[in-house]
Amino acid sequence: MNWLLVAIIVAATTTKDILQAIAMRRHGEIHDFRPGALGKLLRLLARNRIIVMSVVCSSVAFFAFLRLVSTADLSFAVPATAASYVFETILAKYVLKERITAARWAGACLVACGVALLSL
Amino acid sequence: MQATKKEGVRSQESGVRIRLPVLHLKTVVLTLVVIFASVAGNFSLSWGMRRTGPGVFESPLGYITALFDPWVALGVCLLLVWMLSQMALLSWADLSYVLPVTSAGYVLAAIAGRLFLQERISTGRWTGILLIMSGVVLVGRTAHSTTGEPGR
Repeated sequence: MNWLLVAIIVAATTTKDILQAIAMRRHGEIHDFRPGALGKLLRLLARNRIIVMSVVCSSVAFFAFLRLVSTADLSFAVPATAASYVFETILAKYVLKERITAARWAGACLVACGVALLSL
Repeated sequence: MQATKKEGVRSQESGVRIRLPVLHLKTVVLTLVVIFASVAGNFSLSWGMRRTGPGVFESPLGYITALFDPWVALGVCLLLVWMLSQMALLSWADLSYVLPVTSAGYVLAAIAGRLFLQERISTGRWTGILLIMSGVVLVGRTAHSTTGEPGR
């Protein structure tokens, strides 16, 4: 049961981030940070289907995490979520066509190992 | 007296702005917002959940009542800021840049736990903090966008 929850959390987090990156890249760089422009942007994003899907994934991940920590130790839950760093870097390369240099691979792996160690 | 002080600050600010490219400054500022919102949000959420106790999860209604705790509500608001600022950052920076760099929040969360909640940080955890920080520095030195034209 716990491993199923971990799989759900990692899959939902990864999907959420990839969807957000796709949607925001399509939208283009945000230049205007005045409150009025940000309000307009929010309304625009609320109608964006990809963003709505990413919010759904994000709430799935949130409630699955709450459920997981209610039965399992935090020291099991936190390192399990670290796996998403590696998956997301792989997907960033193949889905988002980002250029992952050696420094980025090393950085993602260091962060994933570090997060796993945090639970000790 | 005060006017001259303000002028001084302003000229200093514009001096910084000239030296740093605008895009880079924007990335740094928003990264800091993402990190702060995630740490403060999670902290506020766990503080609130400790106050309300684990009993609230016994019924579905408990999830709703938990939201009315001021700390939990503040935490949810901050997590919303977190999500939105991360989305803004993703509008010009790579996902493979944003994720490792914003993971500095894990480190701050561990330190906040030690300072404010009197949690103990074990040797293993310090090692983890060190690994995360080196990952952050390593990725932070790469270009924040590799997909060509910004905004595409």
